[in-house]
Amino acid sequence: MRKSPSVSPTAARVSRRSLLAGGGATLSAAAIGLLAGAPSLLGARAARASDPSADARILNTALAAEHEAVAAYQVGAESGLLAKDALDLAVQFQGHHKEHAELLARTVRALGGAPADPRSEYAFPVDQLQSQTDVLRFAAGLEKGAVSAYLGAVPLFGNRDLAKAAASILGDEAMHWSVLRYILGENPVPVAFVS
Amino acid sequence: MRRGAVCGAVLALAGVAFVAALAAGGDPTRAAELDAGREVYDRCLACHAIGYDRVGPRHCGLFGRRAGSVPGFPYSDAMRRSGIVWGPESLDAFLRDPPGFVPGTHMTWAGIPEPDARSQLIAWLAFATAPSRCGPAAAP
Ligand code: HEC
Repeated sequence: MRKSPSVSPTAARVSRRSLLAGGGATLSAAAIGLLAGAPSLLGARAARASDPSADARILNTALAAEHEAVAAYQVGAESGLLAKDALDLAVQFQGHHKEHAELLARTVRALGGAPADPRSEYAFPVDQLQSQTDVLRFAAGLEKGAVSAYLGAVPLFGNRDLAKAAASILGDEAMHWSVLRYILGENPVPVAFVS
Repeated sequence: MRRGAVCGAVLALAGVAFVAALAAGGDPTRAAELDAGREVYDRCLACHAIGYDRVGPRHCGLFGRRAGSVPGFPYSDAMRRSGIVWGPESLDAFLRDPPGFVPGTHMTWAGIPEPDARSQLIAWLAFATAPSRCGPAAAP
């Protein structure tokens, strides 16, 4: 298992449909958290406790990272380097990032901000992506970074519902990271605490 | 692709421990510090690369650079007007608490509370962001 060069049988056995169904359930929890957070900012209690424009800024930085993740998975998916199982996972993970991005954009708008647009181009290290392993390792690095990024965002929110929603997205990114490590043949959960 | 980007990718993807070991010139303490710092830099990889702009600006050439001065990068006014010049001390203060040190920054990230992790990271940054390693003049 540790040295598996391609997608493991375990990962492949789970049908894409059931994976997608599970993912949808997770994300609607995030959606509830975010959408619950936005209106409560308009209340007096929340207004005292937090600055909506500061929270919108945090969400917008996260949104920019989600846009980039969507584009990165697109590069991976179109590389022709991924076998079907890995491609299915990449497309599924990209779908999660799209859902995160949509929700973050909607929430920034609800807070009165202007959501960050995707960049017109991204400078990915495409020259370094020569094999499925390269692509998966690149994706794993981005997902690991995303976990750290959300971890660093959680304590900054004035509104705790938004912090909870960010933590929900963090959990999703951590699962991506773990599965990518697993199919790379690495210890899927190398630490007890993420940083 | 620009060479800076390629170099950043090389540092990010491959052989970095080897590079660090070489840079340490056989000094195991220094090599361990650079390795540890490279690992702390993983926390930055959602938003930054050494060689190219992402959610955050490229880090190549960071030391001695005025904050908010990478051409074409859409900085916050807060960063652009901060008057900071990046070096070990300003980085230590910023990375401990980015929004505390530069209120209004778009780097909405809580920072690195552990002093050791910060100093390892700053040692790694000083190494990896040297223009001779990541700039246009760097060997591919
Ligand atoms: C969530 C995304 C994110 C994470 C994670 C992040 N940064 Fe940033 N960083 C940014 C953004 C966005 C800016 C631009 C800030 C502005 O304009 O206010 C920035 C700016 C900076 C700057 C100022 C650069 C300049 O040109 O003036 C430094 C230095 C920096 N980051 C270092 C780091 C380091 C080191 C880490 C990891 C420990 C890190 N950042 C993690 C998003 C991030």
